[in-house]
Amino acid sequence: MRALRLALRTLAREWRSGELGVLLLALIVAVAALTGVGFLVSRISAAVALQASTVLAADIRLGSPQPLSEAYFAEAERRGLRSSHSTNLLSVVFNGDAGQLTNLAAVTAGYPLRGRVLVAGEPFARGAPARGIPAPGQVWPDSKLLAAIGGRVGSQLSIGTASLTVTQVLISRPDQSGTFAELAPNLLMNAADLPSTHLIQPGSRVSYGGLFAGERTRIDDFKAWLTAHKGPGERLRDITEASPQIRNAVQRAGRFLSLASLVSVLLCAIAVAMAARAYVRRHLDTVALLKTLGATRSFTLTVSVLQLLALALAALVCGAALGFLAQEWLLRTIRGLLAVTELPAPSLTPLAIGFVTAIAVLAGFALPPLLQLARVPALRVLRRDLGPPPLVVLLAFGPAVSVVLLLIYWVVPDARLFGYFTAALVVFVLALTLAGLAIVALAGRLRGRVGVAWRFGVANLSRRRAESVVQLVAFGTGIMALLLLSILRDDLNGDWQRTLPPNLPNYFFINIPPAVREDFVRFLAAQGARTTRVLPMIRGRLTAINARPVEALRPGHGGEEGFATREQNLTWTSELGPDNRIIAGRWWTAEDFGKPLVSLATEFQEALGVEVGDRLTFDIAGEPLEARVASIRKVKWDTFQPNFFIVFAPGVLEGAAGTYLTSAYFAPGAARSLAQLARRFPSVSIFDIDELLAQVRSVLDKAALAVESVFMFTLFAGLTVLLAAVQSSRDERRYESAMLRTLGASRATVVQGVLAEFATLGSLAGLLAAVGATVGAYFLTTHWLELRYAPELMPWAEGVVGGALLVAAGGWLATRSVVNQPPLSTLRA
Amino acid sequence: MNTNPKPSAQALTSRNHVLQAENLCKQVSSPEGALTIVDQVSLEILAGESVAVTGPSGAGKSTLLALLAGLDLPTRGRVLLEGQDLTRLDEDGRARLRAQRVGFVFQSFHLIPALTALENVMLPLELAGRGDARRAAAETLRRVGLSERTGHYPRQLSGGEQQRVALARAFVTQPAVLFADEPTGNLDTVTGARVGELLFELNANAHTTLVLVTHDRELAGRCARVVRMDAGRVL
Repeated sequence: MRALRLALRTLAREWRSGELGVLLLALIVAVAALTGVGFLVSRISAAVALQASTVLAADIRLGSPQPLSEAYFAEAERRGLRSSHSTNLLSVVFNGDAGQLTNLAAVTAGYPLRGRVLVAGEPFARGAPARGIPAPGQVWPDSKLLAAIGGRVGSQLSIGTASLTVTQVLISRPDQSGTFAELAPNLLMNAADLPSTHLIQPGSRVSYGGLFAGERTRIDDFKAWLTAHKGPGERLRDITEASPQIRNAVQRAGRFLSLASLVSVLLCAIAVAMAARAYVRRHLDTVALLKTLGATRSFTLTVSVLQLLALALAALVCGAALGFLAQEWLLRTIRGLLAVTELPAPSLTPLAIGFVTAIAVLAGFALPPLLQLARVPALRVLRRDLGPPPLVVLLAFGPAVSVVLLLIYWVVPDARLFGYFTAALVVFVLALTLAGLAIVALAGRLRGRVGVAWRFGVANLSRRRAESVVQLVAFGTGIMALLLLSILRDDLNGDWQRTLPPNLPNYFFINIPPAVREDFVRFLAAQGARTTRVLPMIRGRLTAINARPVEALRPGHGGEEGFATREQNLTWTSELGPDNRIIAGRWWTAEDFGKPLVSLATEFQEALGVEVGDRLTFDIAGEPLEARVASIRKVKWDTFQPNFFIVFAPGVLEGAAGTYLTSAYFAPGAARSLAQLARRFPSVSIFDIDELLAQVRSVLDKAALAVESVFMFTLFAGLTVLLAAVQSSRDERRYESAMLRTLGASRATVVQGVLAEFATLGSLAGLLAAVGATVGAYFLTTHWLELRYAPELMPWAEGVVGGALLVAAGGWLATRSVVNQPPLSTLRA
Repeated sequence: MNTNPKPSAQALTSRNHVLQAENLCKQVSSPEGALTIVDQVSLEILAGESVAVTGPSGAGKSTLLALLAGLDLPTRGRVLLEGQDLTRLDEDGRARLRAQRVGFVFQSFHLIPALTALENVMLPLELAGRGDARRAAAETLRRVGLSERTGHYPRQLSGGEQQRVALARAFVTQPAVLFADEPTGNLDTVTGARVGELLFELNANAHTTLVLVTHDRELAGRCARVVRMDAGRVL
């Protein structure tokens, strides 16, 4: 109680006298950055997830060849989730005598739970969002279907035994297949009409879907429940499986944001450590006096810890409020730019995480100096040169190192990466420390050879030996983190821009018969469409691996749904696409053409557990074909180019009956060309992926926004480090400046000295930071974000020049008041 | 004064001796090897006695004071404060003893800048866990002539006023021994004399034992006994 009273009383007085400013500021910015980043990440990633969910038309989708138990839907309702049914089956739809095999999607009210259905009054027109679903008795066929059967709005279509009226043309629905398994056109109808069609008979191939959506945590809980309760044939899908483009974007943005949060935390930790050091130095006399007056060590420690806790509490409240307001302002400002739908409300989790992390950072970085403070000898009241004995290494660095390791592990839970990451950080800090020691030694030699201002500045470096090294490590780590993050941010944004260039193919054409292939490509060119590669496509099934039938594969191999063993699309090509990279074996040359060689995508290879050299047997149109695995490819699936899991060497499959596929970019308003195309090439299936592209673009925009905004927070954290580092030696500088000015130095000389000292520190820290950031960026880009790394010179310029300017400016700003003070007032104080 | 290096055990435990030092030695290591700052000093100070320790700079006066007050531990020898061997107490034990029985006045005042004059005086009472700290502190400040300045912070007070606050802080706990290290060293002659006057007046009223380290001959002359030191030894 006595300790608390004393702690609060001295704290209040110190606050009024401005003593606590820097420590409090460092803590407030730390908490603001942490909670701000947390809020931003949680809200934007929720928005991204929401956006990504539109591809599924739901947050999660349960699919089954058997009707789904109503218990699932009842459970969803009980948990406050929305749900709807979507039943899919293939059937021939007739308009008079003209028929076409069609993928029917019979849905119930509420569909789609995420995303929107686009409809129009005529085929291939720009779609507008539909209101609800087709009423009973009505259907919405897509453009391709209408073109094939010659229908239009108002036509009566026969589906099974039912006759239904076309009231709209379906332009797109969120969950239309992104793969090419379903080649048939689409038709959306009301599930209430399904019984009257009498299409569902025992043995019919029907896919029953349950769609569920709702608040994120509830969905996560429900997903866990469904996973535990679903039947063996029922398959659960969520957004991570929805689209490779979105999955990659979300995954990379998530990784970047976690890294950015980690960097913010580390920066704030450095700031807190520096501020705590200064706080401790300023309180050495007080603690020594308290001990002289009879205070025990535990009492003085309690007072210090209580003061720190009170500060932490104040910083937590102010920082959390600031963090929240900052992200709210940021999101509100840019919402219009992105046509973001209503952002999800922030959850309280970031607040809790911010609090816990801030406390951890305090405990790790501020507690050791405080422990040391409690050990200051009482004798200091008589001998001011006496400081506290140094802490044992374990106690001095143990807590900080543990906190940093825990934080890194939290962000990078992979053991190998964690090891690399930690080792890299240790090496970097060691390098900085050594460089710091070297510069301190060098500064000592230089002082005789430079002018008085520089001598004063450079001499400061070598005289405040420990302080200079600490500052160099702090500046270096801070600048390195910021540079690293900015390089990664550019790489990420650059990759996203490359992923979705403006003229990306927005239509896929499948089932192009070989006979009309040339004609078709010419037609596309005549229409002004930009085509990509044209690849052959043959259906085939894998039957044996190294002469062992695939049925004999161990469970687990081949994937849950037998992904690798079901019927596959095969192709052949002589050229390796730019979005494919060989990671094992070799790509074929002209000499290999005609040899039974096959190249597998990593996903397929991993699912089957095969290696280069293994023999695979395929069943292609009833004929067995054995091929040897020549190479394994890493495919970048998010390029919107036609790609295949299984590629054969040319000259092997040409004899088999197959078709071709290609993709092309059509400018908006190409409805007429497409209608013409559909009529001229009736067997060709057309996939409009404009809406999917729009969805992906929107997700990427949000991810980019998150990356940019979070980067701003880290910048703030970096500036706090600067402030804390500069402020930590302020008292000493004040005295020195007064002394120098008393001895006749002009203000300009003193300022030049300060600038010289900080510019030297800043440029050296910047140089080392650029080295660290370049090496770090190379590893993180290639191994963590899985992008290509392009070395750049900018970080070096930014590091050295920016470091020198920023640190010198910070140093000048912080010591300005010191220089401006009349020397007498300082010397008398 | 007893400068006998080997006093009898009976003398050391005498109830009249509030402070006893036996063969005190303090050595510190320096680049040139071990440096002896206090060399075989033995002292006995009676309750209520006032002792001035004088000598040139570097004679070891302040170190002796630190050893006697338990702020530092001797390399050899021992110190008894009211019969308690300080060398056998740990740091916290010595701190507790100081809180109960010892007062300090320093050359550079050593007031806590964040606390007002009143709060600075209350501090040792609060540390010793005594109630009614505010009233006692206010009363002591009145006695040193600062009742109008209780709410002022140290930086708002002159040097003389700051030292009077320090005196009030030293006497407010009614200590058995008061240690003063150059209490007038930072003050001009007139102010120094006034502060010295006040110090002896308070000391006389409280019957406190006073151990005073000073260069000021006049101040030393007011003490009942003067111990002269040079090169770590008592002359």
